[in-house]
Amino acid sequence: MGYQAHFRVWRGDADSGALRDFRVEVNEGEVVLDVIHRLQATQCPDLAVRWNCKAGKCGSCSAEINGRPRLMCMTRMSTFAEDETVTVTPMRTFPLVRDLVTDVSYNYAKAREIPSFQPPADLAPGEYRMQQVDVQRSQEFRKCIECFLCQNTCHVVRDHEDNEQAFAGPRYLMRVAELEMHPLDTADRHQDAQTQHGLGFCNITKCCTEVCPEHIKITDNALIPLKERVADRRYDPLARLFRRRKE
Amino acid sequence: MTASTHHPGRADTAIRTRRTDRWWLPPLLTFLGLTAFVVYGVVRVFMNKWYWVGEYQYLAPFFSPCVTGGCVPGASHFGQWLPDLGILAPPVVVLPFVLGFRLTCYYYRKAYYRSFWLSPPACAVAEPHGSYTGERRFPLILQNSHRYFFYAAVPVASVLTYDVVIAFHGADGGFGVGLGTLILLVNVVLIWAYTLSCHSCRHIVGGRLTHFSRHPVRYWMWTQVSRMNARHMQLAWASLFSVAFADLYVALVASGAITDLRLFN
Amino acid sequence: MTEIERHAFDVVVIGAGGAGLRAAIEARSRGMRTAVVCKSLFGKAHTVMAEGGIAAAMGNVNPNDGWQVHFRDTMRGGKFLNNWRMAELHAKEAPERVWELETYGALFDRTKDGRISQRNFGGHEYPRLAHVGDRTGLELIRTLQQQIVALQQRDFQEFGDYEAGLRVFGECTVTDLLVESGRVAGAFGYWRESGRFLLFEAPSVVLATGGIGKSYKVTSNSWEYTGDGHALALRAGAALINMEFVQFHPTGMVWPPSVKGILVTESVRGDGGVLRNSEGRRFMFDYIPEVFKEKYADNETEADRWYDDPDHNRRPPELLPRDEVARAINAEVKAGRGSPHGGVFLDIASRLPGEEIQRRLPSMYHQFRELADVDITREPMEVGPTCHYVMGGVEVDPDSAASGVPGLFAAGEVAGGMHGSNRLGGNSLSDLLVFGRRAGMGAASYVESIGQDRPTPVESEVDNAARWALAPFGERGPDGPPENPYTLQMELQQVMNDLVGIIRRSDEMEQALKKLDDLGRRVRNVMVEGHRQYNPGWHLALDLRNMVLVSECVARSALERTESRGGHTRDDFPQMDPEWRHQLLACELEHSESGESRADRMDGVRVLRRPQPAMRPDLLALFELAELTKFYLAEELAEHPSEKG
Repeated sequence: MGYQAHFRVWRGDADSGALRDFRVEVNEGEVVLDVIHRLQATQCPDLAVRWNCKAGKCGSCSAEINGRPRLMCMTRMSTFAEDETVTVTPMRTFPLVRDLVTDVSYNYAKAREIPSFQPPADLAPGEYRMQQVDVQRSQEFRKCIECFLCQNTCHVVRDHEDNEQAFAGPRYLMRVAELEMHPLDTADRHQDAQTQHGLGFCNITKCCTEVCPEHIKITDNALIPLKERVADRRYDPLARLFRRRKE
Repeated sequence: MTASTHHPGRADTAIRTRRTDRWWLPPLLTFLGLTAFVVYGVVRVFMNKWYWVGEYQYLAPFFSPCVTGGCVPGASHFGQWLPDLGILAPPVVVLPFVLGFRLTCYYYRKAYYRSFWLSPPACAVAEPHGSYTGERRFPLILQNSHRYFFYAAVPVASVLTYDVVIAFHGADGGFGVGLGTLILLVNVVLIWAYTLSCHSCRHIVGGRLTHFSRHPVRYWMWTQVSRMNARHMQLAWASLFSVAFADLYVALVASGAITDLRLFN
Repeated sequence: MTEIERHAFDVVVIGAGGAGLRAAIEARSRGMRTAVVCKSLFGKAHTVMAEGGIAAAMGNVNPNDGWQVHFRDTMRGGKFLNNWRMAELHAKEAPERVWELETYGALFDRTKDGRISQRNFGGHEYPRLAHVGDRTGLELIRTLQQQIVALQQRDFQEFGDYEAGLRVFGECTVTDLLVESGRVAGAFGYWRESGRFLLFEAPSVVLATGGIGKSYKVTSNSWEYTGDGHALALRAGAALINMEFVQFHPTGMVWPPSVKGILVTESVRGDGGVLRNSEGRRFMFDYIPEVFKEKYADNETEADRWYDDPDHNRRPPELLPRDEVARAINAEVKAGRGSPHGGVFLDIASRLPGEEIQRRLPSMYHQFRELADVDITREPMEVGPTCHYVMGGVEVDPDSAASGVPGLFAAGEVAGGMHGSNRLGGNSLSDLLVFGRRAGMGAASYVESIGQDRPTPVESEVDNAARWALAPFGERGPDGPPENPYTLQMELQQVMNDLVGIIRRSDEMEQALKKLDDLGRRVRNVMVEGHRQYNPGWHLALDLRNMVLVSECVARSALERTESRGGHTRDDFPQMDPEWRHQLLACELEHSESGESRADRMDGVRVLRRPQPAMRPDLLALFELAELTKFYLAEELAEHPSEKG
């Protein structure tokens, strides 16, 4: 069953680095992360890789495999031909710490810039009543495992570091959408989405949706509806005229 | 968890992408598809003839509604309330709205940003531009007007629907069906499906609501539009193809190059 | 000797899972300057793996539910070895803790009338688990994470600094607690990213480090579960109780090998899934123990009726407590009636329409499709037991979560007592919230009570901690050849899996202790390559010390308890023994003569017997006497009302 695969893995730190070649054993049913672990255990014990659950639930082992942003634990070796070279590199958008580990603090900084859930002041715990149809849109966004693959892939910051200040990234714009659609949130979030979090940078080219391991329809269900809500308030005089808050 | 905003020291940035698949193929096909349509459209508009088959009442969709004084007799079902514009063919009246709807459409934006502007050409493939400002400034900030083009697209689709109804017309003046009728019918169905599956439509019918449970009818409509919206890309291409094909068919019949295949009368 | 980054806090919480975050929220809300230290990134803690739900007797689906029923179920599930006060607090406070999550922004699945929906689970009499599909743990961790951010935003508005009152130290490992004159003085650790050392000067530490499952080969636990908190507590002088009780979840994936052990949620069975052997038989009917006969159906027709009419039918035996189901699966496989890859079949495909399965169990559908090429809406899953949870942990005061060491608190899986000998599904998430909050409260009032009288860390201890942390980079070990940490970890996992696993025997456990002793010696000789910056080999070398120490506690306690109960099954003592019901086993570390630094201690574990305090009579009265006699000695029941007449 097993075979020897050709792996190329990025090794290095912030100052310098390069792809290194390895021959490594692969067995039936294994994923890329298993092979990286085998490299650790047998050939390079200090190979840095971030991982936790190995079941696609925690979003730690994000990397780029043959150039495609993916979770290492959910990329099965059977998707590659046995003679295919598998190249594993760290996420490109974030500064490298070491080998496959990057500094993802940008995301945590952005998370803090999104104002938190604001419940109605007069509602006591236990008195919350919400209908399933009203929570299900936000529930889709709460499936997010924060692997930051969307943040990594989005060309707005991937190709233009200078936009990092002004752009929250798909994950956190989706968080705005989630709160915006929360049936009990009382905050007004439209203006901020455009002015503070950089929704206008998004040109809906959908790479965030393409790489999402949870298959969340980030663009269609979060970003575009958010753009439409912003349009209601900023760019559509008619809608502004007729619209009541929080229908 | 302290954050810095300047990020030196990224890994592996020397190469544009490490993707090994044919990532360039989808943007290339999009480019070719859209270009072919534009070229065909321009040629047809400046041709300015062969858009009306009086015998079966086929009006080419590019020329509907035909409201200028230059329209051939019989093609103007909604009157001729504009004078003959000379070199400007009848489509100039309605084309800005139709094109505007497609140009500001969320799917087409993705398509041409990727294939024409390469921003980005494909996921995890670096774009060639030095700076990027997105849709925050003029002119791209005008993309936010998509809903107005949607409003305009509804009467346009209605006019096309009317064209189909009158195209059930036989050679003897009574009821009749030809292949052209069916082509126009399929086209208008696809146009409606594309129009109603639009993201702005989805927002307007129900997406903007916070509490679906208080608006069951709008929730139902939103569910239906959402279902179609998932196919918006496919509908965008299908309707683009069908409108060009319907136009071509009418042109061929009108020019006498082919004769319409009659199924009934 | 080395440069050390120093921080001063009122409360340091170690671990950023459900318990740690809830403790930090509480401590911060009570005005404490609080640090949360976690080995992984913020928001990645093992809590995200919890699938089924949070048990809380809100009575939203069945109004007959209440805290008394929940309390009874918990005690039954734990075979009456639970700390009854913890079980009481847990049952009473869980609903408030769940409702509180909604005020933080959590979005649970809803009932028709807009309340939080609740689902059935093993051992729970009524539908009780608040849930979000099968990703409840993710919702819990994200909600708490976002509440931490909310508190930081409040601090930012007030002080202009997000971290003024509450700071998260992500990817940071604590290797040692600093104790001065018997009281907690701080904690010592390193940044995983840079390898630089940190010292937290703090009068109180809350341990919320989770479990020990990574010492087992087949486990649903992540790499973080190396028993750090257990080991830190031992070395600081606290006691661990109930360490012999390790829960093997009945349903883990068994194929392909690389995913062996990954959890298959109990909700599959709660929502109608059934277990079958290779002959197609629903074998659980053959394994209903005497004590559960009245509550569980003995035929398929009644069991199937229960899903629609739970009031007039007994429950299907697939929903027995986890220990029973795990043992049954083990027995079927041993008897040669297992599936091709050494498990049994879990079938939901023939029980629910495909669409419904995808709606209720989306991540299970996804997990099997992506990792095993199995479409669970069409074919059965193959499942087998996997090490899932340790019931044992730091001995704590139920009300304040305080350990025996002043200033040291523990909550969540690292704390012991609450679940007795076996934990019910869904009781973990509620445990995290109830006792996380209580630990935060306990730490805050402790810090207030000592005022200015704060112990300061002794510098020589700090130096020792730093030296021991760097030992794996040394030339070579004190005796023997250099060892590879990955190899040692694999050997340890094999020993625990084979010799102190789901079914235990005294000769095997004695063998295990010998091997652990040997492993302990070899761990001292671990050598790692490279430098201190994000070096997983080094990280594992340090974690290994904790794993070996805690594994020894498990093995010693297991050898001592000569009966079978809950998560402890002895081949040589297969019966539950009422004489053992009121006895707890506590592990302590013998004080070292040489005054050697605690960071390197891996031996000297001793096991002591502690009497279990008798249950308060009003709680005892919640049970029928007939049921209690199956567990209790006659003289212990003198206080029961029906006995007193």
